[in-house]
Amino acid sequence: MQVFHSHTVDRVRSLLFGGRTRYGLIFTTVLYALLIAIGFVYLYPLLFMFITSMKSPTDLLNPLVQWVPTELYTGNYVKAFRVLNYPNALVASILLSVAPSLLQTFVAALIGYGLARYRFWGRRLVLLLILATFIIPPQNTVIPQMLTYRDLGLLGSPLALILPAAFGQGYRSAIFILVFYQTFLSLPKVLEEAARIDGASDLRIFLTIAVPSALPAFIVSFIFSVVWYWNETFLTSIFLEGGVQTLPMQLSRFVQAYENLYPPGAVNIFDRINEAVKMSGTFLNILPLLVMYFVLQKWFVESVERTGIAGE
Amino acid sequence: MTVRPLPRRLLSLRTREALHGYAFIALWVIGFVLFTLAPLLQTFNYSLNRVVVTVTGVNLTYVGWANYTRALATDPAFGELLIGYAIETLVAVPIVLIFSMIIALFLNLRFRLKGVFRTIFFLPVVITSGPVIRELTEQGAATAPGIADAPAVAEFLAQLPSALRNPVEYLLVSFILILWFSGVQILIYLASLQKVDQGIYEAAAIDGASAWEIFWKITLPTLTTATVVNAVYTIVTLSHFSENKVVRYIYGQTYALQGGIGYASAMSFLYFAVMAVLLLIVYLFLTRLLGKEAR
Repeated sequence: MQVFHSHTVDRVRSLLFGGRTRYGLIFTTVLYALLIAIGFVYLYPLLFMFITSMKSPTDLLNPLVQWVPTELYTGNYVKAFRVLNYPNALVASILLSVAPSLLQTFVAALIGYGLARYRFWGRRLVLLLILATFIIPPQNTVIPQMLTYRDLGLLGSPLALILPAAFGQGYRSAIFILVFYQTFLSLPKVLEEAARIDGASDLRIFLTIAVPSALPAFIVSFIFSVVWYWNETFLTSIFLEGGVQTLPMQLSRFVQAYENLYPPGAVNIFDRINEAVKMSGTFLNILPLLVMYFVLQKWFVESVERTGIAGE
Repeated sequence: MTVRPLPRRLLSLRTREALHGYAFIALWVIGFVLFTLAPLLQTFNYSLNRVVVTVTGVNLTYVGWANYTRALATDPAFGELLIGYAIETLVAVPIVLIFSMIIALFLNLRFRLKGVFRTIFFLPVVITSGPVIRELTEQGAATAPGIADAPAVAEFLAQLPSALRNPVEYLLVSFILILWFSGVQILIYLASLQKVDQGIYEAAAIDGASAWEIFWKITLPTLTTATVVNAVYTIVTLSHFSENKVVRYIYGQTYALQGGIGYASAMSFLYFAVMAVLLLIVYLFLTRLLGKEAR
């Protein structure tokens, strides 16, 4: 009897508090409760944005309609689509984030490789200066750059964003250089040394041996680079002044563009700008990134764990 | 068989290696001089001048440190914004660090639906851009639902001395926003958690260490580097963010009649200085704090 009793207690205890191989019920409940609460905090703005964007003007004014719109209303999206000049802005955004990102990733790999594999005077200084380029605020360098571009007639041209990226000075290039530096430090040198003994040139060793073995770092860097370039508006809005308009740029002058298309004096009250239209614009803005994220999310999370982003 | 003089051969090998190294980083050095160093020096030069941009070129009139004294002594808005920025950053950094560490510890456990939660927690990395954040804050979507509006909270805030009230109010209003800046930091923590040899944990468990002890004695020390990296990353991201009030003020002054490029440049350098001091404070604080923990 005594034996049986203690056995039951043990089982209950292990169920509640867990054992060596699994977590207990209490821990699991607390864990999920916290995860769901935090998940909600993260999803709340998105949910809010999406629901608001689906509200018709009457739903917006109706205080009873909080989370469930009374009808499936897509009019906001039609308007936002026109105001953002969506097809053009989308193509511009894709080009202006993919092109600098490709260059930035490749150049960062080249520089990171040089720093990781070769000993030379000034190596530490260069590493330090790379860190400095990450810290220096953009507004401390942007005005002379802008004036130079103006003199060269490059203001408004995509080259204004692509050129710095090609020289390892793109948006957050420093992070990518340091990621590649760390990656190449952690990769074994044996193959490269063997190739060198066989007479391969340094550039060829880099291209045929180092690049393929660092493929995960390339993919992760490229994805992050695209996302950051896409979302960057400070440099973009200064360098592309009067030129191509990206989606975030269109969003930041949304109200003005809306009133150009739908003059407040000329349209009826339901077609004036409201938060539902704005939220539609915001949602259209992040939609391409959301799609990309859900397609590539494995790469975001899993390979970061392998690329050594957390190095010094 | 000829015997070559050994030291010379070694030297030439070393020079060869160095030359090849320089070839790899040459692109960066050129870029650094052209796109960072030269504009930085030019901006500093602007900050000492009155700058008028005309169609034909840029006219400079040397004014010494007048732009700096104006920013610090005459312009009440700038000083206030700068202090607000420093306080907000110092409030946000520990929250981001603690929050992202907790999330990373969670995501490092084994449980069902982990993939779903992981996907949700990294969403902000993808969608955090200036205009999106601005739209969301304008609509009140970035405030923790209802917290800041609750009458009890408002009363509590009114009781606080004003030096304390501002940071607390900022915290309540921008809580979600602060959490939204934690995406990359979670990744960095997660990456360094995954690097820890599982054998250490097993050994500790066999020796009878509790989960609590294991956290303080093993997990936390392994996260020291990641914490410093994350702190630096957080401060830099918050300071460079295009919706940052100081950044917006400086940007506005660049085109203002009263301000102009010279004044904006001076403010940029003052802002940079404050940011550097913040970085230094947090860096020293963290290395001292965590240095003790590790021992």
